[in-house]
Amino acid sequence: MKILKNIIFILCVLFVSSQANARFETHDFASPQMEKDYNVLVQELRCLVCQNQNLADSNAELAQDMRLRVYKMLSEGSSKDEIVEFMVVRYGDFVMYRPPVKSTTFLLWFGPLIFFAVAAIVVVSYMRRQKKGIEVVDEQQQKKAKSLLDD
Amino acid sequence: MMGGFAYMLNKTNSGEYNPRDIPTEFIGRAAPAINVPDLYNETEIVKTADMLGKTWLFNVWGTWCPECWREHRYLMELNRLGIPVVGLNWRDERPEAKAMITKMGNPFLKIGFDPQSAVAIDWGVYGAPETFVINAEGIVVAKHAGGVTPAVWEKKFKKHFEN
Repeated sequence: MKILKNIIFILCVLFVSSQANARFETHDFASPQMEKDYNVLVQELRCLVCQNQNLADSNAELAQDMRLRVYKMLSEGSSKDEIVEFMVVRYGDFVMYRPPVKSTTFLLWFGPLIFFAVAAIVVVSYMRRQKKGIEVVDEQQQKKAKSLLDD
Repeated sequence: MMGGFAYMLNKTNSGEYNPRDIPTEFIGRAAPAINVPDLYNETEIVKTADMLGKTWLFNVWGTWCPECWREHRYLMELNRLGIPVVGLNWRDERPEAKAMITKMGNPFLKIGFDPQSAVAIDWGVYGAPETFVINAEGIVVAKHAGGVTPAVWEKKFKKHFEN
């Protein structure tokens, strides 16, 4: 019971903190579309300092400044694609939380699938071998085993 | 897989591979403008265009960055050798930045003051120190993330200054 309570508490804390971190500074947006674009961009662009966070979740100073830059560029009329392009030219594909599928990122996207396929093949072939191992026991051996057990 | 891991770990330990390094796509492109006021003279704008015609270093530093203090002595040495270095004081306070220069010496021709990463983001900077080599035509030809040391100079930068 106590464990359950703890788990619920931890889940609550995790949920609340991610909500609290969702936005650090507030901006005035000229239109709902601009606000939507801003939120998509800060979700999809990576914080380069704390590399496993996106801009939206990071309070690193560079992330703050990059959010400000995204806001400024949107205000000046840049499109979402133009801003992503601007960041990719400077920080590489790495700046995107969802890197594009291309030859250099092929392993990143499909590596896990390949690993899974290899593992599945290994497991299946292992299981087959095991099964064969059981079939090897013929009737005579079974009789012998039974007589031994009966004794 | 284990072999690959051990290989990368070895490279990391020997300093040849930095897992946090972000490959820049900036090499071979025109250097962005700087266009921020000078640390000492607020009415003077530090410009990339002013450096056309010579090969120079662009060094991003801040007083909050320990490696920048370590690196500073070597920048002084490069300055003595006649290498033009433009500085960018990044996310700092003016008085603190000036105090560091007073204490350590000034290896820079000019120092741009960039408290809100306006220039840093334009140059794709993600940490300090970072140093770029820009050739006489204004093209970025090399970049190093981390302190400039004699080894870095020999390996990455020197060849661009030889002609």
